[in-house]
Amino acid sequence: MHYALLIYQAEGLWEALSAAEQEALLGKHGALQEHTKQQGTFGAAVKLTPSATAITVNKEGGKVTVTDGPFSETKEVLAGFYVFQCDTLEQAIDYAERIPHIQAGKVEIRPIAFSDSRALLV
Amino acid sequence: MVIVDPAQAVIAQTVKHEWGRLYASLVKYLNDFDLAEEVLQEALVAALEHWPGEGVPASPRAWLLQTARRKAIDRIRRRRNFAAKAAELEVLLELERQEGEMTTDDTFPDERLKLVFTCCHPALGEQARVALTLRTLGGLTTTEIARAFLLPETTLAQRLVRAKRKIKAANIPYKVPDPDQWQERLSSVLAVIYLIFNEGYTATQGGSLTREELCGEAIRLGQLLTRLLQGEPEAAGLLALMLLHDSRREARVDGHGGYLTLEQQDRDRWDRGRIRAGITYLDTALSLRRPGPYQIQAAISAVHARAAAFADTDWHEITLLYDKLYELQPSPVIKLNAAVAHSFHRGAAAGLRALEQLQTELHRYQPYHAARADMLKRVGATEAAIEAYKSAIQLSSNQVERDYLERQLRKAAGRGGQS
Repeated sequence: MHYALLIYQAEGLWEALSAAEQEALLGKHGALQEHTKQQGTFGAAVKLTPSATAITVNKEGGKVTVTDGPFSETKEVLAGFYVFQCDTLEQAIDYAERIPHIQAGKVEIRPIAFSDSRALLV
Repeated sequence: MVIVDPAQAVIAQTVKHEWGRLYASLVKYLNDFDLAEEVLQEALVAALEHWPGEGVPASPRAWLLQTARRKAIDRIRRRRNFAAKAAELEVLLELERQEGEMTTDDTFPDERLKLVFTCCHPALGEQARVALTLRTLGGLTTTEIARAFLLPETTLAQRLVRAKRKIKAANIPYKVPDPDQWQERLSSVLAVIYLIFNEGYTATQGGSLTREELCGEAIRLGQLLTRLLQGEPEAAGLLALMLLHDSRREARVDGHGGYLTLEQQDRDRWDRGRIRAGITYLDTALSLRRPGPYQIQAAISAVHARAAAFADTDWHEITLLYDKLYELQPSPVIKLNAAVAHSFHRGAAAGLRALEQLQTELHRYQPYHAARADMLKRVGATEAAIEAYKSAIQLSSNQVERDYLERQLRKAAGRGGQS
């Protein structure tokens, strides 16, 4: 079964890090990716640009409106996500625990109902 | 006239005692909570058809398990015509392979520990955990659970459906957790059982009978867990705590359904059997020398149980136990209880001083005001006591509790009027 591990973090924290700190964090992400590739469970790793670049497309009663900004203004925003192939939820929780964080953050686990990952291979 | 068929009585008894164990085994074979429930129900119907005529089998539970498994094979075979899923085929093959093996009482596996950890998995909402545990392990019907929690049956049924769906969708495993997750998962299981107990113990609204059943069910679950987890002192500690609380259930209410405090209770009405059992479990737990919050709370309850009269209570011991509890669980509510114990040990003025530092954190908490009111009354500060009782009444959501506080308020006011 595939699980998406959605990483939520306070906005702007990543940008506030020094180059050395960013590099250290990326190193930890790299280690997780290496680990899961070796285990054959790696699906995808996606880092999103800051939510300032977000565009919301709203569809209501057949009418489409496009607005600037993320869907909801919250302190924590979706920063990126992983996709892993796991036997059980426990394994997904284990991976979630290994995701490095900037200070603090949350990881939401969502079982994937359907995916076509070609887009991620570009 | 009602004719009670002995076979029916055996079935009713088997359902009550064996449901959880049968259910747990079926989930293990079938890896599907819904299917397990359906085929177990069907097996019970089959028992009603066969047992009265053919006699009750030597091992009713083995018969039920075997029948339920056969029903499952039928169902999966029928389903297979529409959509053959690899996982289902695997289950089917395994079931067919085992069909020849006859389960007896001796070889009957006990998978309930897996079941309890799955039902109490933190990935499920707290209310879902409670409902699922009562349904699968306790064998309570949806109607019974809904009645006990004063919820519409449809709400409760929905909750169960969603929980079962989530177990399947998120693939919450059917297993005993690994050592690194053990403590977290165990505490979730214990919390669910204690929640069930408290729901039955504290709430006095609604039909009190169904509520008592919740206490009984929680104690049964606690006994099961204590048996299955003999090296876990907190499991035995929780059971001890529930038994000790439950020993005072009858004595807590007066003839008119009014609430009585420990001080007012007639200690002859305490259930000595429950107290003995509770203290035995507590001693077993403490002998493992790994104290935890449930054991300490049980120890506090045991100090009360040992005192022949309220005046004989060893408040010094209780104060020490609360300090120990606070070390493990630093919460202002525990500090509040410690302050109450302190007020009986060193006097109400000392208790009030201990309460002062809790004002900011607990000013929206009813028991804080009730405790403060009582201490103020004891030091003779009647006006302040009346104000504190009023604050407590305002924050109370429970009628019995409110009645109690209003009685205390009238008493305090009356005493103030006389002086």
